[in-house]
Amino acid sequence: MFRNNYDNDSVTFSPQGRIFQVEYAAEAVKQGSVVVGIASKTHAVLVAIKRNAEELSSYQKKLFPIDEHVGIAIAGLTSDARVLSNFMKQQCLGHRLTYGRNIPVRTLVEMIGSKAQINTQHYGKRPYGVGLLVAGVDDHGPHLFEFQPSGMTEEMIAFAIGARSQMARTYLEKNVAKFADCDREELIRHGLRALKESLVQDRELTVDNTSVGVAGSVKADDGSVKVEPFKVYDGQDVAAWIESVADDKEGGASAGEGEGEGMEVDS
Amino acid sequence: MDHRPQAWGRPRDDVYGPYDASYLQTSGPKTATQSPVVTGTSVIAIKFKDGVVMAADNLASYGSLARFTDVKRLRPFLSTSVVGFGGDVSDMQYLDRHLTELAIDEAYEHESSAAGTSGGAPGGQLNAANLHKYLSKLMYRRRNDFDPLWNQVLVAGFDGAGKPFLGSVDLRGTAFAAPSLASGFGAMLAQPIMRRHAATDADAAALSREQAVQIVRDCMKVLFYRDARSLDRYSLAVVTRDGVEISEDERLEQQSWAFAERVRGYGTQVV
Repeated sequence: MFRNNYDNDSVTFSPQGRIFQVEYAAEAVKQGSVVVGIASKTHAVLVAIKRNAEELSSYQKKLFPIDEHVGIAIAGLTSDARVLSNFMKQQCLGHRLTYGRNIPVRTLVEMIGSKAQINTQHYGKRPYGVGLLVAGVDDHGPHLFEFQPSGMTEEMIAFAIGARSQMARTYLEKNVAKFADCDREELIRHGLRALKESLVQDRELTVDNTSVGVAGSVKADDGSVKVEPFKVYDGQDVAAWIESVADDKEGGASAGEGEGEGMEVDS
Repeated sequence: MDHRPQAWGRPRDDVYGPYDASYLQTSGPKTATQSPVVTGTSVIAIKFKDGVVMAADNLASYGSLARFTDVKRLRPFLSTSVVGFGGDVSDMQYLDRHLTELAIDEAYEHESSAAGTSGGAPGGQLNAANLHKYLSKLMYRRRNDFDPLWNQVLVAGFDGAGKPFLGSVDLRGTAFAAPSLASGFGAMLAQPIMRRHAATDADAAALSREQAVQIVRDCMKVLFYRDARSLDRYSLAVVTRDGVEISEDERLEQQSWAFAERVRGYGTQVV
């Protein structure tokens, strides 16, 4: 009856100028659980909520190290993320072999951007059903990039993708000015608070469902740069961070002057 | 009707006459460079306290004929490194174009990023150590294709830690770094002189720019005296953290050929 005739493949425009397959892929990203990324002048962090299919099962990983200096957070189809992550790992190793250096994060992200875009323009192919946040450090310092199934990539100060990520983005927008000068721990706490914003009513951050990934490049006084390789923290390693944001009322009360907001919430 | 597969699609002999098969392929197998043709001779370089000095003469020889006397064999890369080419000049031109392309891509990729952190180079761009690694892979691949780029290449600049870097790659992909390097005849004639001043990195770090330039000039003179494929006009490059300075019209000063009369053993004299 009202079947959409313009969503059979990714090369047909609808009369309104839309390509539905690409839009559906963007929808798939919104089905994934939320991931948040923030970059300061010294660090780039990724934080994520992991989901378990059922009570008795383990939690699906959300953060993946790609190379010494880069990691990704995924929202959407895990199997598509696997393809992209394998590709990224290959490119990182290839670059290290031919040039003897870490691949610049932007170069790496543009590679998956081009790869994903091709899928939106060939008959018989489909877009990737996954969105990524790519965090890493290179000679230009820390970076955070967003990657969308359309092939769009963009460097971000802070961003969130996945289910209910709008709530996290609202928190990030409110605090965006502070991020640049945050230290490592503050930045992680901001990430966790943003995550909490997007949680459904009766769920909370636990050591089981929370992942944190950090990469850093801290400039010493003598001008040398100390690089902290990308590392993912899970389980008990994140307990202290979760604890440190546990008392915050929703709305990020402890992030600056949240005195009024803390009172309005009835929990 | 001729049903043999090699006759399919061919004009029929009985209609058009026998097919002239000589049009199908040129004679002999595919050939790659078997020996260099127009060549440049030695490139020499030495590290000093704040960088590297490199020199090569401006001659491209065609066998023993001094064919081109204004050839630039030292090329800057991203204004942070210098590449000096010895060996085949056409392969040098290929490499130079290739590296120019690489430099442009690299400059585009880093244009929107902030200024860099290390060694005066704009952050993130390929430094001399990266370039040396890349060239070694390129040369080794070409030798494995049995189509080598017939060059020996010196790369001067800075490494990732911001220290002076000097490396060599040859047509086989052999790659190494050293405080002083010389290719071709220079490896026999100039290298011992440079080693007297900079046997180790510590020795090189004690040299001033003026000293390093003087050592290189002395070496170029020795090379001109003893290398029959060399020229008294040469290029001199100095790489420092401030950038690359190349002067391409240096001349050998104060030559003294008095020793030539005493040279015996070859030439026209009979003892």
